[in-house]
Amino acid sequence: MSVITVENISKQYIIDHQRSKGATTLRDALTQTGRKWFGRDTDANNQLEREEFWALRDVSFSVEQGDRVGIVGHNGAGKSTLLKVLSKIIEPTTGSVRIKGRVASLLEVGTGFHPELTGRENIFLNGSLLGMTRQEIKQQFDAIVDFAGVEKFLDTPVKRYSSGMYVRLGFAISAHLNPEIMIVDEVLAVGDAEFQKKSLGKMRDNSASGRTILFVSHNLTAVQALCNKTLFFEKGQLIEQGETNYVIQSYLNKISKTKLLREWATPEEAPGNDLVRIHRVELIPEYPDDLHHIDVRTPMRVRFEFWNRMERANLNLSLHLNSITGECIFNIGTQSLPYGKGLIGGECVIPGYFLNDGSYTISVMVVKDTVTPLFTLEDSLTFDVEDYREGIAWYGKWPGYVRPQIPFEMESLEIETLK
Amino acid sequence: MKVQETIIQPGRAERHYWRDLWRNRELLYILAMRDVSVRYKQTILGTSWSVVRPLATMLVMVLVFSKIAKLPAEPGIPYPLMVLAGITIWTFFANGFTQISSSVTMNANLVTKVYFPRLLMPLSSAVVSLIDFLIALGLFMVIALVYRFIPDWHILFLPLFMLLAFGAAFAFGLFFAALNVRFRDIGQLIPFLVQVGFYACPVAYTSKLVEGYWWYKFYRLNPMVGIIDGFRWSLLKGDSYLDPQSIIYSVGIVVVCLFVSISFFRSRENSFVDDI
Repeated sequence: MSVITVENISKQYIIDHQRSKGATTLRDALTQTGRKWFGRDTDANNQLEREEFWALRDVSFSVEQGDRVGIVGHNGAGKSTLLKVLSKIIEPTTGSVRIKGRVASLLEVGTGFHPELTGRENIFLNGSLLGMTRQEIKQQFDAIVDFAGVEKFLDTPVKRYSSGMYVRLGFAISAHLNPEIMIVDEVLAVGDAEFQKKSLGKMRDNSASGRTILFVSHNLTAVQALCNKTLFFEKGQLIEQGETNYVIQSYLNKISKTKLLREWATPEEAPGNDLVRIHRVELIPEYPDDLHHIDVRTPMRVRFEFWNRMERANLNLSLHLNSITGECIFNIGTQSLPYGKGLIGGECVIPGYFLNDGSYTISVMVVKDTVTPLFTLEDSLTFDVEDYREGIAWYGKWPGYVRPQIPFEMESLEIETLK
Repeated sequence: MKVQETIIQPGRAERHYWRDLWRNRELLYILAMRDVSVRYKQTILGTSWSVVRPLATMLVMVLVFSKIAKLPAEPGIPYPLMVLAGITIWTFFANGFTQISSSVTMNANLVTKVYFPRLLMPLSSAVVSLIDFLIALGLFMVIALVYRFIPDWHILFLPLFMLLAFGAAFAFGLFFAALNVRFRDIGQLIPFLVQVGFYACPVAYTSKLVEGYWWYKFYRLNPMVGIIDGFRWSLLKGDSYLDPQSIIYSVGIVVVCLFVSISFFRSRENSFVDDI
């Protein structure tokens, strides 16, 4: 039995660019009306500055009872808009949705929490906002408090809570909702690892009892762990749907902004200056299997070549590996040696099981006499390292910049025998 | 168990809107309690503020209007009581109006994150101002006793005027609340309107003072004129001035405005989330 039927849903927004007529202040609205009435309408000019934007376009799908549906896509792909349409928060521009059963939407942890109110008061506030009756909240009250672990602070205003406590309380309330359909947006992105594990477990228990779940997340591992079906959105359109592993694979292939090779054929067009010019920088992964994407296991080589335009100079190449957010993970330099005019090349090997999952960029810098930087090519390469785990039932974000497999062992030292 | 079916379509008026509203009455209660209990958190005087404030306003009014401006009281009525009656009902209207107007924008975080009938937000603000009003009314009764002024059967009409004031605050507030979502100018405009209203309505005087002027027939078109005069009339044993004609205007205008405001609000509420 399909519990959610979505037919040709679209949501359009009109974006008003500057100097446009979309009245945003009362003054604009009044002068506009004035112009219309007095025939000095300049609509024609302004029409050009209005732009249509489709947050969702012709989306159709259906969800069976008990399905756990993951929704993946870039920021701005329309995932959240879809959830808001299904939650009746946003009205679609066209199309229709049919939902059988009570829906609870969890678009934010601790919706409506008021900082001045105590934990106890906020449980009732948030619970009723999410559609629970006072009776239901009272019944679940102890379970909620227990799950969140905030017994001691029940009568403290939540503004005094740590952010962790705040999030735990918020999630605990929503985890004890009892709807037939649950819509969840990115809630696992918060909280510490232990709590994430608990939350995911709770959601799986829920689905085991026949509940339908719609789950948006950027955490593909969590989607894989929880969902049996997945929808993949891009630019407001549903471009792929089906069995989770299959959809996630095609999503990974599509989203990678990966730039593994930068190459310039002649020194004239190459970036650089009179002293040095970059010829090529390339990242060569050694894929462990036939899925062509880099994960934490994958060893890589960074190959670089540059032209030296000076007669004789002591040069070395300094390589920076940065996270996408700009922190330097490591910096490594070649030995400084004398080189003549011509093409110089080299290679750096990044072993597998070294980088943690995430997105990285590589910058290269040519240095003279170990102190003078001659030219830097910022963010020349970009690549993603996907997560990979074996024999681990925990799917939270693995912390840390690196994930090395260095020797680390444990053994039983003494066995207490029963007397 | 009966399975509830929801259909979402553009422009589809919620068939069960009023039933939904009724079902969410618990949420209304909780939202109102939130606003009430949050207001005096971290204050020393706490809830006594809702008594101290009208009392202080009355003292100032009495001083300014009766001692300095020398406005006349009607025969047989102590001036402070006359002013206090006016302030009580005016404050109810003004606070209700102000809070209802900003109710939707104040709850922006809810509008974008959960669905519930949007009318709950202005309703809960209205409930909050009603509670304040009841406290102020109690205060009035106490002071009336101090002046040995015991209300008589005229007080039976009090609920009518309270209802009218509530209706007026709700009607005007609702309209501006919906408008405020799109045009934040409203937020700037409201304190000004309230200030003008204070002088344009018979708060510190009774309409008897302006009865003789040629513009009186326009003056009494203001629905609050009939409401304030009537409220005072029913509290003060029918001794104060009341123009029956102005009550007819009040009832008519309030009913029409309520109808217009509610339909305006309902037509706008689906796009609140896009504009807020």
